[in-house]
Amino acid sequence: MTMYLPRTDTSQITEALAQERHSIGGGAMNMVLTLVIVTDEADHYDAVRAATEAGREHPSRIIAVIRRDPDAEPAIDAEIRRPGTSGPGEALLLRLYGPLGGHADSVITPLLVPDAPVVAWWPGAGPAEPAADPVGRLAHRRITDALRAPDPLPDLLGRIAHYRPGDTDLTWTRLTPWRSMLASTMDHPSGWVTAAEVQAEDHYPSADLLAAWLSQQLDVEVERTVSNGPGITGTRLVTEDGDIALRRHDGRVATLSRPGQPDQAVALARRRASEALAEELRRLDPDLMYERTATFLRDKALKDTAPAEAGR
Amino acid sequence: MKEPVMPGATPNPLRSELDRRLPRVAGPSVLVLFGVTGDLARKKLLPAIYDLANRGLLPPGFGLVGFARRDWEHQDFAKEAYEAVREHARTPFREDVWRQLSEGVRFVQGELHDDEAFDTLAETVRDLDASRGTGGNYAFYLSLPPKLFPTVVKQLKRSGLAEPRDDSWRRVIIEKPFGHDLESAKELNAVVDDVFPPQSVFRIDHYLGKETVQNIMALRFANTLFEPLWNRDLVDHVQITMAEDIGVGGRAGYYDGIGAARDVIQNHLLQLLALVAMEEPVSFSADAIRAEKEKVLSAVRLPDDLAAGTARGQYAPGWQGGAEVGGYLQEQGIPDDSTTETYAALRLEVNTRRWAGVPFYLRTGKRLGRRVTEVALAFRRTPNQVFSQVDTEDMGQNALVLRIQPDEGVTMRFGSKVPGAAMEVRDVTMDFTYGQSFTEASPEAYERLILDVLIGDPPLFPRQQEVELSWEILDPVEEFWAGQGRPEPYTSGTWGPESSDAMLAREGRQWRRP
Repeated sequence: MTMYLPRTDTSQITEALAQERHSIGGGAMNMVLTLVIVTDEADHYDAVRAATEAGREHPSRIIAVIRRDPDAEPAIDAEIRRPGTSGPGEALLLRLYGPLGGHADSVITPLLVPDAPVVAWWPGAGPAEPAADPVGRLAHRRITDALRAPDPLPDLLGRIAHYRPGDTDLTWTRLTPWRSMLASTMDHPSGWVTAAEVQAEDHYPSADLLAAWLSQQLDVEVERTVSNGPGITGTRLVTEDGDIALRRHDGRVATLSRPGQPDQAVALARRRASEALAEELRRLDPDLMYERTATFLRDKALKDTAPAEAGR
Repeated sequence: MKEPVMPGATPNPLRSELDRRLPRVAGPSVLVLFGVTGDLARKKLLPAIYDLANRGLLPPGFGLVGFARRDWEHQDFAKEAYEAVREHARTPFREDVWRQLSEGVRFVQGELHDDEAFDTLAETVRDLDASRGTGGNYAFYLSLPPKLFPTVVKQLKRSGLAEPRDDSWRRVIIEKPFGHDLESAKELNAVVDDVFPPQSVFRIDHYLGKETVQNIMALRFANTLFEPLWNRDLVDHVQITMAEDIGVGGRAGYYDGIGAARDVIQNHLLQLLALVAMEEPVSFSADAIRAEKEKVLSAVRLPDDLAAGTARGQYAPGWQGGAEVGGYLQEQGIPDDSTTETYAALRLEVNTRRWAGVPFYLRTGKRLGRRVTEVALAFRRTPNQVFSQVDTEDMGQNALVLRIQPDEGVTMRFGSKVPGAAMEVRDVTMDFTYGQSFTEASPEAYERLILDVLIGDPPLFPRQQEVELSWEILDPVEEFWAGQGRPEPYTSGTWGPESSDAMLAREGRQWRRP
């Protein structure tokens, strides 16, 4: 069931939420976090849906902030989805009009679940400096998605320049199954890795992160090559005993080949938004591995461009 | 600082403790399932294996071999497994995952005493090693009645399957019951121990795989709030309950002669007692946890007077859940003069500094009021000098209840002022519910346990020592009961026989109504 509160303010919303809780009998606050989604009218449906799905694992209060006409009079239209209609948590859709859109933090602050972590998520184009964003400042964890930017890689690199602990990007999260598969191939004796290659569609920052991760962890040069996709299509670890290769052409099933072993098909489906988000919400402490990989990627990008500029 | 880069050796350069996103994945291995046509395999094991694969926790080099008497081809078994997965898996069905898994599925038909069948089995797993890269690591899951263990174990030895080669491993998984008394438990162990070293034997008590049971340790040792309460100064007594609303049903043949105490108290309830009463382990390693559990189990004392400190019953006809149900003696396959108990209650003490003088009441039964498993700590009453007797008349003891199933969670009960001019205090509860939210995504116990076996991570599996200690606790009670004639009947749908209530009433306490 959904409750609409047009032209409202935060105290009315808080009251409606409290009443809601009393009417279902008791103050059981099972919510473990507040998830603030900063989005627009076009994106909000899918985003709230993904958040709701992720909410099955992490019951949360979802606050979707939707910015409307910036020239209108300041006002809030609220939509409250009760627990049960949107998974175990509750969802609030706030449409902010006029200059209020630039002060979303003032609207959100009274609505956060007390004493629980806050996660901010920009499903579309995110701010260049998440930790300095008004909403980002309230959050312990700031999730962006560089893939949605018009030019993904520079967008990601720009954000890495302003990295603060707690920042993370879904381009990194989408990599986890692929990284897990690579890591498990190396759980068992294999030859010394001397070089590696990552092949993916162009403008796909996950591939650059993967290359950076491999390069840093294995201490080798990693070549980034371009294919037609979808997403990442292959990784090759060149070892003394032969290549360990993981190839995926259809975005669903990959083939793993290792020296001296039969080729194997592995289900390695690309991830849906809700799966990636659920993984993000699982741990709310800063992701140190992301920090290391991202800084490594940026340092390398700077090094690569510097000589070119010097020679100009 | 970077970790040393050592390809192919430990540590794996692609793994790092900073990287907490990468899950624990099982290594290449073959799981051989004996008794694959049974209910457990169909409803729990096969779906759990699929769920693991779907979550990306099984390696590409994974094989599953079914062994049974039925005359099946590989594809018949694959089809059967497919149906079991479609019907019972927890995670959504994905064709790609299934295809990957089913490429490693094999079936071996044969009798357990048939040498030829085991030779075929040996051939099949070696063929999987070659074609699927399963690395020569085999886990044998004996989903069979214990009386068949000796045959299987001998066959495994004879066919050379039990012998690990080079750096591969062999593991054997056995299910409860681990014997029916101390002696038979030792015999059973001797059979398995003869062929497999103790660290390769995994005894599954699926209760220990449950999230809520693991949460007992988190609740106790990750919080400062509860530990100071967890002792004889504040705890009046502890009640551990596992109640079922169903009768023996299809298990009649197994159940008669075994009874509630051997079926449930020996393993589940004593394990719960150990987790609740143990001291903090020095680490979460298997050895540290088992050491603490063994200490507690060896400190358990039975009541001096077994007649007053135990109770047993047998369900009689009655009405339950809106239907009329027959008594135990009317169940199919149960002799008219059966003295098997379907309800058992024990009063135990734990003779440690922390628990001296605090009774632990354990009870379990079939056809009780509802299906529930919980651990309740009842706290001492306050001296109540400020509040008069009348003011607190409505108030019971403060309690902390760990609800294991269903509706997993934690309840705290305490007194609160009733609104109004008078100072009247009444019980209220504060509730944390796992079930409402987390369980939808939380793995089944078997998923966790199978993964732990394949990884070789043993904390959740009881060791032989624990099994023997729990039989040492139960054996005298069983002996005493054997000389006591028939158990006291109790009406189906109630909370057990009167003698059980009397057992607590003598000490001024009463059972919680869970």
